[in-house]
Amino acid sequence: MAELKNEQFNELEQFIDSMSSTKGELIRVLHKAQEIFGYLPKEVQKFVAKKLHVSTAKVFGVVSFYSFFTMTPRGEHNIAICLGTACYVRGAEKVLDAFKRELNINTGETTKDGKFSITGVRCVGACGLAPVVMVGEKVYGRVTPDMVKDILEEYKD
Amino acid sequence: MSNYSMHILVCGGTGCKSANSDKIIENLEKHLAAQNMTDQVQILKTGCFGFCEKGPIVKILPDNTFYVQVQPEDAQELIEEHIVKGRKVERLLYEDPETNKRISDSQKMDFYKKQIRIALRNCGVIDPDNLDEYIARDGYQAIGKVLTSMTPKEVIEVIKASGLRGRGGGGFPTGLKWQFASQYQNDVKYVVCNADEGDPGAFMDRSILEGDPHSVVEAMTICGYAIGASNGRVYIRAEYPLAIKRLQKAIDDAREYGLLGNDILGSGFNFDIKLTYGAGAFVCGEETSLIHSMEGERGEPTTKPPFPAESGFWGKPTNVNNVETFANVPVIILKGSDWFTKIGTEKSKGTKVFALAGAINNVGLIEVPMGTTLREVIYDIGGGIKGGKKFKAVQTGGPSGGCLTEKDLDTPIDFDNLLAKGSMMGSGGMIVMSEDDCMVAMAKFYLEFSVEESCGKCTPCRVGTRRLLEILELITSGKGKMEHIDELKRLCRVIKDTALCGLGQAAPNPVLSTLEAFEDEYIAHIVDKRCPAGQCKDLLKYYILPDKCIGCTACTRVCPTQAITGERKKPHVIDVEKCIKCGACIEKCRFGAIVKK
Ligand SMILES: Cc1cc2nc3c(=O)[nH]c(=O)nc-3n(C[C@H](O)[C@H](O)[C@H](O)COP(=O)(O)O)c2cc1C
Ligand code: SF4
Ligand code: SF4
Ligand code: FES
Repeated sequence: MAELKNEQFNELEQFIDSMSSTKGELIRVLHKAQEIFGYLPKEVQKFVAKKLHVSTAKVFGVVSFYSFFTMTPRGEHNIAICLGTACYVRGAEKVLDAFKRELNINTGETTKDGKFSITGVRCVGACGLAPVVMVGEKVYGRVTPDMVKDILEEYKD
Repeated sequence: MSNYSMHILVCGGTGCKSANSDKIIENLEKHLAAQNMTDQVQILKTGCFGFCEKGPIVKILPDNTFYVQVQPEDAQELIEEHIVKGRKVERLLYEDPETNKRISDSQKMDFYKKQIRIALRNCGVIDPDNLDEYIARDGYQAIGKVLTSMTPKEVIEVIKASGLRGRGGGGFPTGLKWQFASQYQNDVKYVVCNADEGDPGAFMDRSILEGDPHSVVEAMTICGYAIGASNGRVYIRAEYPLAIKRLQKAIDDAREYGLLGNDILGSGFNFDIKLTYGAGAFVCGEETSLIHSMEGERGEPTTKPPFPAESGFWGKPTNVNNVETFANVPVIILKGSDWFTKIGTEKSKGTKVFALAGAINNVGLIEVPMGTTLREVIYDIGGGIKGGKKFKAVQTGGPSGGCLTEKDLDTPIDFDNLLAKGSMMGSGGMIVMSEDDCMVAMAKFYLEFSVEESCGKCTPCRVGTRRLLEILELITSGKGKMEHIDELKRLCRVIKDTALCGLGQAAPNPVLSTLEAFEDEYIAHIVDKRCPAGQCKDLLKYYILPDKCIGCTACTRVCPTQAITGERKKPHVIDVEKCIKCGACIEKCRFGAIVKK
């Protein structure tokens, strides 16, 4: 698991200090924090709470409400499978099953070596290419279950 | 666009970008430079053309040649043949599926013939990052007209007279909404643009923001003037990075040109826009939730009244409109309400943008006049059902909507007709389903969505939707009972009547409407333990027809669990114990020897 580094906290602190007012800015700060750390572990939530003078419970309440925020680190390569309606109708579930089987993990989990994680996302706006899978920033369109092995192969080392 | 004799437009929408349209641009530029023609031909990256099915799209002006499924390697030929020699590259032209003729002019394609583009007027036409191009297409003329020659009241009157209704799903008259917001006096008021686009499988708003961000900036400013607000906010999904980038650039550029900020166009009117990012909660599309989320809180809805017009963001008068609603405004101001009311039906004026997807040939983004029939959308524009399958249903309104069937195909689409048919307009997602789609599974899919997205604040929605889902799971796995049907109906009514916000109230719609039209499918699952569409895994078995199997072994190689055995050139068999019903073998078998039942 990636360690939380001091310079990461410094970067977040600078971002918060540069805001003219922090009123109502909790979500914006959490977006930034997740961008810096990759996820929002307890320590980071506590840090944000202290900096913004709100309770940790409130920060947790917001983090847990929004699906964009994650409290567990994602794998080095996150596999985001679109489960929007257009992709579902064109077989996204079978593709998801194939990824789960190949990596032996469930949605929301990360492989033991920390290399891959799987998340389900909703409509990435490329419905014309359904079903769609994104690995990092790269978009794969018209994915079929038998393409799964080859896609993973690209990231094996 | 003046000095160039030709323009090459390349789609830079999310779909085409994913299919490498950036590389196409790069290669086009390279080959254009090799021909020393960079000062005669301009290459533009535009927003979505709508014809996503056949992307990446490249269009050449002035002759309007429309190339489909262009690959980066095609760039050289396009430049050397079309641009240099004036010869069209036949093989990249769209082939009409009926006549098998190549069509070069997009205006002549069935996909575009029945469309009228108002909200999408600039998508696929201009470079969204270039303010001058927006201006060249009459951009910012409406705000000029408003600030120099109209009172706020007159602006509201024009919007009211146009009959424009909210495109975010509710269909509330926009002019009336503006009038309410204008009536509450306060030193601070807000104009909010709802760009949360939560319906999964829909990308209308995203395409407008990516393809024509200035139209939204201009419209919000007009709204600010009309209701007396100086602060604009766009609540936009964090999952839309490209839209965020282009919108932010549009705002910055507009400010630089004096089209935002203090004393806009020397009129003394001040207005500016900031972005707030959503964080992936469907309920935040509901306006009271959205406002709480903008304040940095959990996005839970609250009861209305008070309406945002009275007490919204930070307790100030706030007007919330959807992206597409805004995109219509500048045109209405310029062309007048009379022009707008000529398009559409009696009570629904203008056009509607739909994201057409699912079991249809032409997946894409379309804009049609209100009153167009589903048949026209599905068969003329959408090119019919994929793979020559039979049409079964179309879902509008996403997880809040319902399904429409064969008998509704000739209903003119507008707000009121869709409601009367048990569905709703929604924000514009339109998912087409064929005989291969199981309607019980579809209802289950939408319920899974609603259960996940229920904010949990009220019990009918939190507990009720979960119970609905549990019953649907029993039915699709062959454990359903006939009593379940009545229980579903009863629960649906309770949730509809008692949930606090629109999410909960509408969540039962997919169940109710599929029950209404496809009760026989539910019964087949319950009584015969059979899924007529062959989709529900637990009710299926895969097996090989010995007289069709020639023993080619193609299936054994794809089976992930080694469930298929057999000697080469002899009929194979599937071990039902090992088979996980992934369906891979069926797709590989070229002899139709594998069936599921
Ligand atoms: C659960 C729920 C989700 C909604 N999601 C959206 C959305 O994603 N985008 C949107 O513009 N409106 C959405 N709405 C409608 C908004 O509450 C609101 O009516 C709309 O933004 C007003 O703008 P309009 O009048 O221009 O349509 C949603 C409503 C509900 C109840
Ligand atoms: S209906 Fe559902 S989403 Fe709406 S307030 Fe109740 S629990 Fe929350
Ligand atoms: S459906 Fe999948 S698991 Fe079953 S036999 Fe075919 S390939 Fe193997
Ligand atoms: S539903 Fe998957 S990209 Fe739209």
